[in-house]
Amino acid sequence: MSREELNKDMETTVENKLVAKDFSSEMEVKWCPGCGDYSILKQVQTVFPDLGIPKEQFAFISGIGCSSRFTYYMDTYGMHSIHGRAAAIASGVKAANPDLSVWIISGDGDALSIGGNHFIHLMRKNFDVNYLVFNNQIYSLTKGQYSPTSERGKVTKSSPYGSIEEPFNPSELALGAKASFVARTLDRDPKHMQAILKRAHAHKGTSFVEVYQNCPVFNDAAFFAFSEKDTKKDEAILLEHGKPLVFGNNDEKGIMFDGLNPIILNITESGVSLNDLWIHDEKDKTKANILSRFFDTNYNDLRFPRPFGVIYVQERPVYDENLVDQIDVVTAKKGKTPLNKILSGDKTWSIN
Amino acid sequence: METVELKAGKTTEVIETDRIVVRFSGDSGDGMQLTGMQFSDTAALFGNDISTFPDYPSEIRAPIGTVAGVSGFQVHFGSREIFTSGDEYDVLVAMNAAALKVDLPKLKKGGIIIANSAGFDKKNLNLAQYPDGVNPLEDGTLSNYVLQKVDITKHTKDCLAETGLGMKDIERSKNMFVLGLLFWMFDKPLDHTLKFIEEKFSKKPEIAEANEKTLKAGWAYGENTEFFTTQFKVSAAKLPSGIYRSITGNHATAIGLIAASEKSGLPLFLGSYPITPATDILHELSKYKANGVKTLQAEDEIAGICSAIGASYAGNLGITTTSGPGMALKTEALGLATMLEIPLVVINVQRGGPSTGLPTKTEQADLLMAMHGRHGEAPVAVLAASTPSDCFEMAYEACRISVEHMTPVILLTDGYIANGSEPWMFPTEDQLKPIKVQFLDKPNAENDVLLPYKRDEKLVRPWIKPGTKGLEHRIGGLEKQNETGNVSYDPKNHETMVGLRAAKIAKIADYIPLAKPESGNEKAKLLVLGWGSTSGSIKTAVIESIAEGYDVANIHLKYINPFPKNLGEMLKGYDQVLIPEMNCGQLLELIRSKYMVPAIGFSKVQGLPFTTSELKEKIKQLLKD
Ligand SMILES: Cc1ncc(C[n+]2csc(CCOP(=O)(O)OP(=O)(O)O)c2C)c(N)n1
Ligand code: SF4
Ligand SMILES: [Mg+2]
Repeated sequence: MSREELNKDMETTVENKLVAKDFSSEMEVKWCPGCGDYSILKQVQTVFPDLGIPKEQFAFISGIGCSSRFTYYMDTYGMHSIHGRAAAIASGVKAANPDLSVWIISGDGDALSIGGNHFIHLMRKNFDVNYLVFNNQIYSLTKGQYSPTSERGKVTKSSPYGSIEEPFNPSELALGAKASFVARTLDRDPKHMQAILKRAHAHKGTSFVEVYQNCPVFNDAAFFAFSEKDTKKDEAILLEHGKPLVFGNNDEKGIMFDGLNPIILNITESGVSLNDLWIHDEKDKTKANILSRFFDTNYNDLRFPRPFGVIYVQERPVYDENLVDQIDVVTAKKGKTPLNKILSGDKTWSIN
Repeated sequence: METVELKAGKTTEVIETDRIVVRFSGDSGDGMQLTGMQFSDTAALFGNDISTFPDYPSEIRAPIGTVAGVSGFQVHFGSREIFTSGDEYDVLVAMNAAALKVDLPKLKKGGIIIANSAGFDKKNLNLAQYPDGVNPLEDGTLSNYVLQKVDITKHTKDCLAETGLGMKDIERSKNMFVLGLLFWMFDKPLDHTLKFIEEKFSKKPEIAEANEKTLKAGWAYGENTEFFTTQFKVSAAKLPSGIYRSITGNHATAIGLIAASEKSGLPLFLGSYPITPATDILHELSKYKANGVKTLQAEDEIAGICSAIGASYAGNLGITTTSGPGMALKTEALGLATMLEIPLVVINVQRGGPSTGLPTKTEQADLLMAMHGRHGEAPVAVLAASTPSDCFEMAYEACRISVEHMTPVILLTDGYIANGSEPWMFPTEDQLKPIKVQFLDKPNAENDVLLPYKRDEKLVRPWIKPGTKGLEHRIGGLEKQNETGNVSYDPKNHETMVGLRAAKIAKIADYIPLAKPESGNEKAKLLVLGWGSTSGSIKTAVIESIAEGYDVANIHLKYINPFPKNLGEMLKGYDQVLIPEMNCGQLLELIRSKYMVPAIGFSKVQGLPFTTSELKEKIKQLLKD
């Protein structure tokens, strides 16, 4: 049976059978009340039955951190491994068995600090796995130190006078590392997260999803500007492929290009048509690069909203497929060497 | 000794001898490794027993002509069994002044020097830092040796003058002249090398022709000039009858892993990051794509081991290869594999440390790191290979133990045996031990319950592949409840689990060979106890000492954790125990603390193997007191 046939076959037998509860393990969930991780767990369990994959074909690989406990709560195969190394372990899992649907769960410290090297190389190699980074801009499990995504000036236990470090911009980093799928979502928008999870699953290649996650204990409200009613329409912009970049309380603001730089203008006042605005194109890397930099770069002294959605998608060769293809090609060309031939090598002599 | 009349009226003496050591020494660019390999292969094909020792600088292209750039290849061949590459050489080929300077100290008194006189001009003498005006070839300082000055460069040029080849290509052929001359000296046929040249340069016939011509010219030079009047004859060795091949340790390791993969039916996955002297294993395995071998060149050693853990978790034979510095990086992940209790083979081709240390030189100083180098109580199985061909057997054993006992296994080899080669009577597929693999495919406890950490009589838990329907479960680095594998912080449970993991490793002793003396008896005045690559020198020293009437025996350990079950009992048969190691006494520490015997250490940490004479001297000294 080919992979597609197998998948099809699974879809028909699995469809209608699994429900969210089937993905919930017996282990008691132990995150703090109000932790954003609950929502992520819920959304994953909600969309998984729709993916058409039998439970046993999922493998969750996580590192260490509050976020990485996730693995224990999913009734699938899973490994809660060591700090920062989930991506490296997951590449071995996927290389060994490309038929598995592999999900890496990691935190901002796990993925971008101790695991930074594996993070960039996974993006570059483009294994067909999904990589969810729960970004709460803090080290939570170790009780509140600044992380590589914490903002400058952040006061934490290890930076009582404020952090003097420049934070990573995760999507820019991922794009720089040649990620083939980059998206951002947040814990407080379940529907959005569900849609992004499905897109991540559907993408062939490494799907990097940054999930803004609230840690009410050590870094409360870090992302509320993007989720609270009174601010979110001004602070966040929802990306949709083929749609213009529009935001603001009454959708009155639009983003368009002035030469190479983006500008923000009032649609009604300026009289531009929606067609003249920046139309989101997931496949355009130049635009994706600029979008990712809405994070912290000021163009023309303007403050840009934070983009949510799929920032970039690229179809390109997938490591685990290439690995298998190469084996097939070489085998077809050379044929398997019998073990006895490997043992004897090319040059032998006998002694009587 | 016989005397033969040769055609040109020249008289050549033929000396029969049972063993010879030749050292080829030259600049890194002089092709000494290739020359040495060709010479060794020819000797092996002829039926000599051999042992080789490539000794090259760590700089890829050290400045030409300097002492730092000297590259050596030593071959010991004989009509009797050869276990080491030889303490001292009978013949030194020195392509330039630096080579002579570096390698003269280990030439036997009365030994032969074949010096390329062109490599001793003013410039080369300066580069080798001889004082101004001093040329060792001319000042009589070599009068204790038989000095043969040959202008190899000029002879090569003369021989190739009409070919129209450029100077660079001509220069490159000069090693063939030396090789031809040595083949004459040792009465070896040229055919093997002629065939090699033809194949290697099949696309460059003019280069093939030049090499052939030079090789033959070297032979003719020995045959016809009056300077060379002695030929040495080393008859074929009386090795056990069978079919042989030549093999280096790294190559043997690679095919041992492939053999284990084929015999177990488990696809081989290697996650590795290049490092001297382990990289050749990655190179070799990468060739075997058509046998389903998956190799992943990882971004670092941590990713190397972690990807292997992931592959093993998914049901492959997960392997990672490295050397000291890389081994240090793998320690945390090794702890994870120990906690997960999944198979994993970690190969450490040891080199001189600490830190970058002596990357191309050998040492055995990672033993205690292999035994204890993890946080927490984290026992793993530790094996060590003793010779180049033994790397095959031990790599195979590492896989077998790892899979059958669900544990990480560290296999220690080192630079000396990894790069050294020897003839090997290789096994056939059906002679290899079976490797039993079983994946759990249904719940293993009553009421359809899965207990991922329920153990069998070997104390081994089941291997469960993701993708197996109905057995979904989570594992991880947190302490587990006995049997269920659920996370548990219970104090008593932790102690139980620490005990079970240790007992599981200890139990491997029931599934490995017992210790027995390789030479000498089960009772003697002195036991020489060794491990790893010191095997050849110890064996030679002990056999020779016994022949000289000393009451000595040797046991060589290839299984270090656990030790063979009977080791403690065996040790009691000897009045004294001597442990020679290329470290400061690491096995010594293990043996003393485990068996409470007052073993005596003998250390060498020079990046070089023990010589037979060093060991014999120590044996005699201990037996004299
Ligand atoms: C090798 C190692 N170093 C340090 C730690 C301690 N540690 C555990 S989690 C963590 C940081 C977690 O932060 P993040 O990845 O952002 O996860 P979060 O808890 O915020 O979800 C640290 C430093 C560890 N477990 N292992
Ligand atoms: S410390 Fe923060 S991230 Fe961790 S569980 Fe509690 S709320 Fe969640
Ligand atoms: Mg965090």
